[in-house]
Amino acid sequence: MPQFGSDIFLLIANWIRGLFGANTYAADVVMDIVKFIMIYVVLVLAVMVFVMLERKVCAWMQLRVGPNRLGPRGWGQIIGDMIKLMGKEDFRPDNVDKWPWALAPMFFLGITIMVFAVLPFGRGMVPVDLDLGIFYILAISALSVLPVVTAGWASNNKYSLLGGMRSVAQMISYEIPLVFSLLGVVMITQTFKTSAIVEAQQHVWFVLLQPIGFVVYVIAAMAEINRAPFDLIEAESEFGCGYFTEYSGLRFGLFYLAEYANLFLISAVAATVFLGGWQGPFLPGWLWFAIKVLFMVFLIMWFRWTFPRFRVDQLMHFGWKVLLPLSLANIVLTGVGIYVYQLIFPGIGG
Amino acid sequence: MLRTDEIQINIGPQHPSTHGVFRMLANLDGEVVTKVESKVGYLHRGMEKLAESRTYPQFIPYTDRLDYLAAIAANIGYVQTVEKLMGVEIPERAEYLRVIFFELQRIASHLIAAGTNSSDLGGMTPFLYAMADRERILDMFEMTIGGRLTVNLPRIGGIIEPPEEFWPALKKFVDDLPGMIDEFNGIITGNEIFQARTKGVGVLSKELAEGLSITGPVLRASGVKWDVRKNAPYGIYDRFDFEVPTGENGDCFDRFVVRLREMEESGKIIRQAMRDIPEGPTFAKVAKVVKPPVGEIFHRVEGVRGEIAYYVVSDGSTKPYRLRLRGGSFINIQMLHHVVPGWKFADLIAILASLDIVLPECDR
Repeated sequence: MPQFGSDIFLLIANWIRGLFGANTYAADVVMDIVKFIMIYVVLVLAVMVFVMLERKVCAWMQLRVGPNRLGPRGWGQIIGDMIKLMGKEDFRPDNVDKWPWALAPMFFLGITIMVFAVLPFGRGMVPVDLDLGIFYILAISALSVLPVVTAGWASNNKYSLLGGMRSVAQMISYEIPLVFSLLGVVMITQTFKTSAIVEAQQHVWFVLLQPIGFVVYVIAAMAEINRAPFDLIEAESEFGCGYFTEYSGLRFGLFYLAEYANLFLISAVAATVFLGGWQGPFLPGWLWFAIKVLFMVFLIMWFRWTFPRFRVDQLMHFGWKVLLPLSLANIVLTGVGIYVYQLIFPGIGG
Repeated sequence: MLRTDEIQINIGPQHPSTHGVFRMLANLDGEVVTKVESKVGYLHRGMEKLAESRTYPQFIPYTDRLDYLAAIAANIGYVQTVEKLMGVEIPERAEYLRVIFFELQRIASHLIAAGTNSSDLGGMTPFLYAMADRERILDMFEMTIGGRLTVNLPRIGGIIEPPEEFWPALKKFVDDLPGMIDEFNGIITGNEIFQARTKGVGVLSKELAEGLSITGPVLRASGVKWDVRKNAPYGIYDRFDFEVPTGENGDCFDRFVVRLREMEESGKIIRQAMRDIPEGPTFAKVAKVVKPPVGEIFHRVEGVRGEIAYYVVSDGSTKPYRLRLRGGSFINIQMLHHVVPGWKFADLIAILASLDIVLPECDR
């Protein structure tokens, strides 16, 4: 018997499917479209909240008031910002490489949206429940280095180029600890399926079983999406704005959207893999998921407004000499732990 | 081997971390800076020439516009030069007030220096903390004379008497100062990333610092115990008991820490001045039309960014025949192309931030 609060979205989905009767093929196609639109809507709404939250959190940490003019307590500010960005002239500098320059922001956002397809937003609310969910997340998010370097290169600007080149080094080196940090969980659950990983956390969250993995994941993921203190790619005090120096108006808006979508993404993956996803008492599953994502987002904002920025060589040293050995050690520890567990409780898998 | 080229990038005059219209041409080999040239002069207004067509009192507001973060330092340096030339003795109370305002200005400016230093390294929050603390000093200036940035406080022969409400505010500020510095140390000085970014970076050796005639906190961070307030006291600085903080390594971290410790010492000086300040007038009797005798004079004060020195030649008229001024920033910038090559691009920003230059003072 589905509960109304927690399964409201499933009820809606069933109702839509019911409209098509026996024609399951048409129902599948329509549902895919609905899911895509839903992801996009959730994403844009979440980004709006995060942008506003970032300004509020940062103001709170910096003893300021933050935006407080438009709307109740200033929360209408984000609408104003969006209208401003959309109203700007679509300006293209003369010497940019036209097509790569124009496509880079779209690809950047597109790649980020693709990853959301496998995230479980609630009980039974996985848009596409792939068997290789975690693998898919890592594979697709690894692509996001391409639009960044494309934007940097195509802008035909030395600052952008330096920013783009830094991004290659940074994102590729932090990709590896990121992958390894998630492997511990995969070893325990013996599945790549995101919904199964959430199901496995019914009794204990993996953040308790995999504390090292969680810490490595958060650090590496922050570096992966270029959040401060790993924002060397933007590094406004060094490069102006890094790889998107030459972008303005809506194209800049797309980068901005993608940046916060990425923040949403890593928080959602952290919530799914380490914090028990939608599992939680009393409240509906999707609300639990939202709470956990917001907690992660707040944590990452907190880091951003506290720490200064790394230097590029220190970043590399940290990635290769600290995080990578740590994540490898975590894998070994997890393996030993599983072996011991199976010795004590024979017959129980993983 | 791949054949690689150096690229030359232009940093400034419009750049977030050049603190004004400073321009550098940096050659980069990957991330490593191989050569850096500093280009100054974008804010040149011909201050020294302007002085020749202004009367002596008329030039005081111009000195505000030299170092806009430490206007009182330049003000006091100038009026003391003219007083020395004229042989004017100013009242005791005015001397004490000058010391109080000078040291307040030093704290205000060092707060900005420490804040921008950390914001250039990516930590925005300490900058806002510094701004909030500095606001209290600016409020005190505002209640005294109305101005906040370009205060134009001292006059030839004295200084404006602050109002009644100034003293409680000053006392509260001086009492809170150690707490502010502690908070600052907590959020930024002790931070691992900050230390990794600044310790051992941009080392300015003692010999080079002396050879380039670098002054101020940058010199002291290199381990040279030189402070005009101690070594060649002017005004009444010989009456106060304070330390001259010095660094050991001359790296960016030392330059940062020396400034924080100088703020503590300034607080100490203000506390002593508040204790000892006598009652009385704050203006000496000076003729309405300032006409120094024929002659020339050199006077220097320990400014916030280095020594501020004035050399004035008088031909007996109401206007200086020639005025030459020296500010710390212009000379401190010279260390860049000696020290920076070999460091990373991000270090160039860190080194420039640790110099704490102000361009109007540099370009004049």
